[in-house]
Amino acid sequence: MHLILFVVFAGFCLAGAINLLLQSHPINSALSLIVVMTSLAVLYLLLGAEFLAIAQVIVYAGAIMVLFTFVVMLLNAGREERTMGSRTWRAVGFPAVVVILGVLATVILRAQGLGVAGLQDGITSTEDLSRVLFTELLLPFEVTSVLILIAILGAVAMARHDGERTHGQ
Amino acid sequence: MNSLLTQEVPVSWYLILSAVLFSLGVLGFLIKRNLITVFMSIELMLNAVNLSFVTFAHEWHAVKGQIFVFFVMMVAAAEAAVGLAIIIAVFRARATLAVDRIDLMKL
Repeated sequence: MHLILFVVFAGFCLAGAINLLLQSHPINSALSLIVVMTSLAVLYLLLGAEFLAIAQVIVYAGAIMVLFTFVVMLLNAGREERTMGSRTWRAVGFPAVVVILGVLATVILRAQGLGVAGLQDGITSTEDLSRVLFTELLLPFEVTSVLILIAILGAVAMARHDGERTHGQ
Repeated sequence: MNSLLTQEVPVSWYLILSAVLFSLGVLGFLIKRNLITVFMSIELMLNAVNLSFVTFAHEWHAVKGQIFVFFVMMVAAAEAAVGLAIIIAVFRARATLAVDRIDLMKL
């Protein structure tokens, strides 16, 4: 069962990621990315990370991707155009990525003593996770909340309509 | 049929999947010409790394690996908010999203 679920959702993941690259319209890429993120949530669940699976769906597939699709629609982004730069980077990009993938795959396949994952392994409950998060790692948690606050202020400051400049136009 | 139901998956498969997703993210970052799609490729790379974190947390029964993924998600959310705000500001100044035409820091 674990094998079947892994193969199906890993296939969804890869198909979504490849479709993200093939689509020329940003909204199609955004929808493919949602497929990738939701399939990753299922893979997290297979690895016993129940809280992260839910957080992945809510935070990534929900909040972040809504922000992306919202910006795509707000800016009315059209199809991307083929330019000189895209041909150059296509020529550079493919060999570079093959090298990166080759190095990573070699390291992973040569690693000794990696185990197997099955459905009987059990899950890490949210209780275990929160016990560590709110005792040992309380300070990093609070620092991250300050980071989020700064990010909100920064986003508002960056995206705010500059009233005086637009009045002149 | 029973063997199919209890079949296990080697941990290295998850790591290979993570490596492939990361490589596709790098490829998208390099070949896509739209600012928003480039940003989406970065999110894809972050997700690929998260998958390998979760895999290793499972392998070594370490809760802290999962908590690190939680932190990465929070930072990614902050990054997406600020990054998209920057994209809106850039679009307002240049009226384009093509990365080839956004090659100067100063207008």
